[in-house]
Amino acid sequence: MNIVVCIKQVPDAKDVRLDPKTNTLAREGVQSIMNPYDQHAVEEAVRLKEQLGGEVTVLSMGPPQAQDVLKQAISCGADKGVLISDRAFAGADTWATSYTLARAVKKLGSFDLILCGKQAIDGDTAQVGPGLAIQLGIPFVTCIQKIREAGETELVMERMMDDGYDVLAAGYPLLLTVVKDINEPRVPSLKGKMKAKKAEIMILSAEDVGADPRKIGLAGSPTQVVDVFPPPPRGERALLTGSIDEQVKQLVEKLAVYL
Amino acid sequence: MLKVDNELCIGCGVCEDNCAFGAIEVVDGLAVVGDACTLCGSCVESCEVEALTIEGAEKSVQVDLASWSGIWVYCEYRAGKLAPVSLELLGVGRQLADARGVQLAAVLIGSDTGDSADVLIGHGADIVYRADNKALEYFTDETYGAVLTNLIREHQPEVVLAGATAIGRSFIPGVANTLGAGLTADCTQLDIRSDDGALLQTRPAFGGNIMATIVCPSSRPQMSTVRPKVMKELEFDAGRQGEIIDMALDEGMCSSKVRVLESVISENDDVNIQESDILVGGGRGLDSEKGFELIRDLANSLGAAVSASRAVVDAGWIGYPHQVGQTGKTVAPRLYIACGISGAIQHVAGMQSSETIVAINRDENAPIFNVADFGIVGDLFEVLPKLITTIEGYRKS
Ligand SMILES: Cc1cc2nc3c(=O)[nH]c(=O)nc-3n(C[C@H](O)[C@H](O)[C@H](O)COP(=O)(O)OP(=O)(O)OC[C@H]3O[C@@H](n4cnc5c(N)ncnc54)[C@H](O)[C@@H]3O)c2cc1C
Ligand SMILES: Nc1ncnc2c1ncn2[C@@H]1O[C@H](COP(=O)(O)O)[C@@H](O)[C@H]1O
Repeated sequence: MNIVVCIKQVPDAKDVRLDPKTNTLAREGVQSIMNPYDQHAVEEAVRLKEQLGGEVTVLSMGPPQAQDVLKQAISCGADKGVLISDRAFAGADTWATSYTLARAVKKLGSFDLILCGKQAIDGDTAQVGPGLAIQLGIPFVTCIQKIREAGETELVMERMMDDGYDVLAAGYPLLLTVVKDINEPRVPSLKGKMKAKKAEIMILSAEDVGADPRKIGLAGSPTQVVDVFPPPPRGERALLTGSIDEQVKQLVEKLAVYL
Repeated sequence: MLKVDNELCIGCGVCEDNCAFGAIEVVDGLAVVGDACTLCGSCVESCEVEALTIEGAEKSVQVDLASWSGIWVYCEYRAGKLAPVSLELLGVGRQLADARGVQLAAVLIGSDTGDSADVLIGHGADIVYRADNKALEYFTDETYGAVLTNLIREHQPEVVLAGATAIGRSFIPGVANTLGAGLTADCTQLDIRSDDGALLQTRPAFGGNIMATIVCPSSRPQMSTVRPKVMKELEFDAGRQGEIIDMALDEGMCSSKVRVLESVISENDDVNIQESDILVGGGRGLDSEKGFELIRDLANSLGAAVSASRAVVDAGWIGYPHQVGQTGKTVAPRLYIACGISGAIQHVAGMQSSETIVAINRDENAPIFNVADFGIVGDLFEVLPKLITTIEGYRKS
């Protein structure tokens, strides 16, 4: 079973803050982390490999620093890391990102399964997984909360829905996106850390993957951001005062419209 | 690439102030672009001397924009029910259609949809494209995607909206990608620019820390998924007239390589927390699974659903479908009551666009109070029972 896991490096949410005075995102001290959903995708891939054999390749599109998350995935059991990195990718939306990832996947050779996180926490779009499947011409299922049975030819799995879950079966090749309920990611072992340290990350440019310059970066992006601004302020902290009884009474009066 | 024309640049620094990403800086009287640039274009618009331009390769897709017309809403139908967000979208769709002077169409896909098409007309649709077939009883990305893609190709609408639900956020990205259309996820505001019909799609990014407005300048249709509860539905009008067009389905649209073996609908109907008007959220302050009973009692007295922080989901006190936040669901109810939740940024990211937020926490420094409209500093085991009796008393009077 050859599995490709797409992982993205994202800024840690607790560090991303809009400076109210300057209206800019505070950049200082912003740590980069592996997108949390992608950790679950890596873990599931490693578990499937342990069960069925084969190889796990982790793939990321991003700046050179994104090698860090690829190494982190290797320390957690992935075998190979591939980074597609090129200034020409700047401004890519989800269409251009899925196109670029698809080019790289094709370049890497044959695979049975592709795993993605449900969404990346910087943009929260949840569009790259399905987009990648379409670009590769393979079926996809999103929001997998459990793989019930993994066989040589077919998977049986649960997809989280708003009102419950669906049980689905599908053969390979297949792309899945996963939610965090699917597993508990392991912490890297000492051996894993050593392996990651030594690992050579393969770095590919737009040209290396044979990407059409008109389909990558800003040019390949049907959507364009035209404005960014801070969210409307929520107003001041408003603590009620008085005894608990009085506060509860005030609160119920304030909430009258909802009762 | 963002290019600075050094001949035109006067080093005024307006672009520097306008860049949300801190990616542009005036050095020695000239603007210099750094690595953090996301090509969002805010600075280009702000530059009075027009020294800034965004250059890139020519777009591969260029469509004849004028041949695309009409506003469409994908109306979700599952397990015998229309998703409430579908009706909300017909409300905003109606406004967009009227602003453009075009028709509003609903797309209904499912099996045994009964009088749903009439309901959609009563809520604002001029046309309902209906694909009602036994083969479409269960949702699959392939079948629903094929039906919608085919309809869009045939009729060429300028805008396609869908709810940002599990179904919408699954197959709509596939449809958009197939069509080479731009798609904006999880929008909270939609407007149409009158001169060129550009759909201005506004959504939160970076966990709600910034808002971004997105357009699709050269592709059609313009597609968005929209969060439940942020748009208003029109009142049902039984007198409204509309046309129902049944779609002929071919084999290809009815088969999927992914097979649905079973669809398990949760018994307690409060798992769909995104569709609830009122949410009572519980956190680690509840001390134990038993503490959640108090939350349920409060929820019952308010007709609310129950949500939770990740800490208590991880502790196993309640299921993952109830988790609110960055790695859970994003909710925007009219009222959110956070009980024993500290208000970590990852939790707040999922609930800060609620209309009114109430926080009950014994630590007056808890960050949840920073986003709360009303806060009570106190022990929830004392506050909640009192709150429940006071609400019940209020209801009776
Ligand atoms: C990558 C990542 C993703 C995450 N995603 C999410 C997410 O999606 N959703 C989410 O919620 N969290 C998420 N988290 C976790 C988040 O950072 C917090 O750890 C979590 O939200 C804390 O939950 P809590 O508020 O219930 O618990 P705590 O932070 O422990 O807060 C408990 C609060 O209860 C109060 N309290 C205690 N006893 C009482 C009492 N008797 N009466 C009144 N108040 C009392 C305390 O003062 C405290 O403020 C994520 C974290 C990471 C790293
Ligand atoms: N630049 C990227 N490189 C690798 N994988 C990505 C990238 N962007 C998105 N993905 C994958 O697609 C998923 C969904 O991302 P998004 O559509 O951006 O919310 C992520 O969880 C990743 O698995």
